[in-house]
Amino acid sequence: MSSSNLLLVLLMLTTAGYYLGRKKAVAVAQATGKGQQILHSRPTYYGALAALWCAVPALAIFVFWQAFGPTVITQLVVAGLPPDLQALPSDRLGLLMNDVKNLVHGNIISGDISVAIRAAADHYTRLQTLSHAALAVLVLVAGIAGILWIQKRITPVLRARNHVESLVKYLLVACASIAIFTTIGIVLSVLYEAIRFFKVIPIHEFLFGLDWSPQMAIRSDQVGSSGAFGAIPVFMGTLLISAIAMCVAVPIGLMSAIYLSEYADKRVRAVAKPLLEILAGIPTVVYGFFAALVVAPMIRNAGVTLGLDVSSESALAAGLVMGIMIIPFVSSLSDDVINAVPQSLRDGALGLGSTKSETVRLVVLPAALPGIVGGVLLAVSRAIGETMIVVMAAGLAANLTVNPLKTVTTVTVQIVTLLVGDQEFDSPKTLAAFALGLLLFVITLILNVIALVVVRKYREQYE
Amino acid sequence: MNNLIQNQRTARTMDIVNQGLARRYRAEKRFRLYGIVAIILSMIFLVFLFISISANGYTAFQQTFVRLDIHLDPEILDAGSLADANYQGLVKQSLADMFPEVTTRREKRQLYGMVSNGAAYQLQDYVRKNQNKIGSVIQIWVPADDDVDMVIKGHIQRDVPEAERRVKDNQLSWIDEFREQGRLEKRFNTTFFTAGDSREPELAGIKGAVTGSFYTLIVTLLLSFPIGVAAAVYLEEFAPKNRWTDIIEVNINNLAAVPSIVYGLLGLAVFLNFFGLPRSVPLVGGLVLTLMTLPTIIIASRAALKSVPPSIREAALGVGASRTQMVMHHVLPLALPGMLTGTIIGMAQALGETAPLLMIGMVAFIVDIPGGFTDPSTVLPVQIFLWADSPERAFLEKTSAAIMVLLAFLVTMNALAVFLRKKFERRW
Repeated sequence: MSSSNLLLVLLMLTTAGYYLGRKKAVAVAQATGKGQQILHSRPTYYGALAALWCAVPALAIFVFWQAFGPTVITQLVVAGLPPDLQALPSDRLGLLMNDVKNLVHGNIISGDISVAIRAAADHYTRLQTLSHAALAVLVLVAGIAGILWIQKRITPVLRARNHVESLVKYLLVACASIAIFTTIGIVLSVLYEAIRFFKVIPIHEFLFGLDWSPQMAIRSDQVGSSGAFGAIPVFMGTLLISAIAMCVAVPIGLMSAIYLSEYADKRVRAVAKPLLEILAGIPTVVYGFFAALVVAPMIRNAGVTLGLDVSSESALAAGLVMGIMIIPFVSSLSDDVINAVPQSLRDGALGLGSTKSETVRLVVLPAALPGIVGGVLLAVSRAIGETMIVVMAAGLAANLTVNPLKTVTTVTVQIVTLLVGDQEFDSPKTLAAFALGLLLFVITLILNVIALVVVRKYREQYE
Repeated sequence: MNNLIQNQRTARTMDIVNQGLARRYRAEKRFRLYGIVAIILSMIFLVFLFISISANGYTAFQQTFVRLDIHLDPEILDAGSLADANYQGLVKQSLADMFPEVTTRREKRQLYGMVSNGAAYQLQDYVRKNQNKIGSVIQIWVPADDDVDMVIKGHIQRDVPEAERRVKDNQLSWIDEFREQGRLEKRFNTTFFTAGDSREPELAGIKGAVTGSFYTLIVTLLLSFPIGVAAAVYLEEFAPKNRWTDIIEVNINNLAAVPSIVYGLLGLAVFLNFFGLPRSVPLVGGLVLTLMTLPTIIIASRAALKSVPPSIREAALGVGASRTQMVMHHVLPLALPGMLTGTIIGMAQALGETAPLLMIGMVAFIVDIPGGFTDPSTVLPVQIFLWADSPERAFLEKTSAAIMVLLAFLVTMNALAVFLRKKFERRW
């Protein structure tokens, strides 16, 4: 039985459970001769209780099985291999298992098929069929058992509504804690691979090294494959591009927020604000294409006319376009903050005879400053983590430079180039991507936490 | 004496104010101007972006076709082996018949390169449907090669020296001859909407990517909407105010600001390496995008719940409803439109997301149109990324056209969200 069919059958079983539970409750009530009001809860709650007890355990089994089944099967197949194959080093064994899986799924496999591999593939298929069958049986048995168990317990005094409500509450708690699990998952997965990386490359070499060239030699006598993993140039490139982006986004975003909230009349605001927000809704891959296709050649041509040496993947192009992307982010955050400044402060300043711009510059902005700083920090964290624009418009070479006309690379570009395509999971090259990911996560996390604390504190000040 | 000094002083203060007034008004005007300039600059960026994309992309909706006269030679098209007859040869023969003067091997290759590789498949389809035509000479419109297409559309300049041009002089003369004979025609490019990816620009389409996006978004929607709403309901309506819920709250705000590529790393390490799920499939893509959009949906749903006035809750509790009944029967239905709006915005975000999907291998070259949640596939933004990297000039317009399609989807979704908000928004 395929997974989708199984889920469909489970759905039907759950529906059946609902009706059976309800019917049983009504029947039990009639049997006492006092009608439905003898029941503790309304009959639908008895039905819902049966349905929940049918669906929840069965679904839990299903998810658990789907998540861990393939791993267990692989382990079993490995255990069933001839001893000489089992003795292979783990990476060779991984390749072998890949061949087996490809054979099972009918894909083209590399190399010729040995008898052992074919036997393993047969073993795999057998186990898979067995696993599917076992899963189907388990899920259905769990579902039916749940229904029957509740059926047996339905009496007029069963507090079905309270049971259903507490079950629902547990489900809600489970959903809410997914956020926690996501964070834990991010930290653990990135940290685990990063620690494996730091076992090969010492952490101080990664954090303070001035050289980044992650091509590892396959043979020791290869040229230009020293494999240096110093993150400083990559990090500097990220900072350079983010700084350029901020130079574009902060003045434009802030000024448009000030104009929209202090000067513009309602109609202008109603038109300009949604238009600004369109900029935020455009996918980053579109910005990347725009940067690579239009902005980079334009900057290069302008540079050539001025007699400057501009790289075709200059940091300026990527930073400029990234800045455009961040404008609405800065402007909407500043807009919120500026609007939160109490009107009495403005009235006071105007009453003392200051002009509107003086009020804004000397009173409103200082009052809103913490919030604006928080917003800008969030924008910086966004710029650092932005991927597609830099992947498409910035370079791959890790130059340690602050010249915006040269090409630089960023953390996200390196992660993408190191991880896209086929990879082996024990070369430092792949693991380096996770170390960079850890760095990225930690930096953006610190920025976010500071920004959120600042913004929250500021909000409380005027409430 | 005293009076005099005071008079002088007040006069002086007024003078100082008056002196500075012109300067201050100028500063005021300048400040105002900066604001206008900032807004106009962002508008210019927006317009420039749209114009440059559509100027590059609108030509991709048309495709050049060539009319060929093909003799369906019964010797080659033996009824028993229609499937593996040499259709390519028939197409080549027809071209060779048109230009008998072409003899050298190099020129022949250039001549045969004038029509797309897809011509042979199109001919095969035609023959399969019209077997009675075997033996006669038929006229068939086949797609031209992308280089020819580019010449017709004016993207390849004719006045560039031959060595720097992809289309050679003799090919240009053939194109002119085709045109004189009325054998060239620009038609609406249906291939672009009905085909999967291809190495040949004239045969490449976005249907595979759109289908992949569709399956991915279905997974994302099915998971993130219920989970997000449930989490928001718990945090807003049930959760006691303690340290645990505080941690969850800070966590969700942080997750909303985590770079999307980190979610890709999570998907790679957890879903692919730990759980052993297959690479490049919409199921995994949907899971990763679910984790990514959840914070957006939770935050929007909480805002929607917050906007329901407490009097409704108190009224429900007052007539004896339990807490769960109060939420399910009264609060949730009132907050649902706001939640839906937030979900649509989250889905629009997920539709445009590229970076995390690169990490889980949805960046492969896939020709087939995916048929399910576990078929290898790619998504529309990734397809744009892949095409943007292709060197052929014709992929440039395909990329821009795909961007236009993507933006059209996004605009529709956002317009729907705005419409829903306008229609169901309730002010208490």
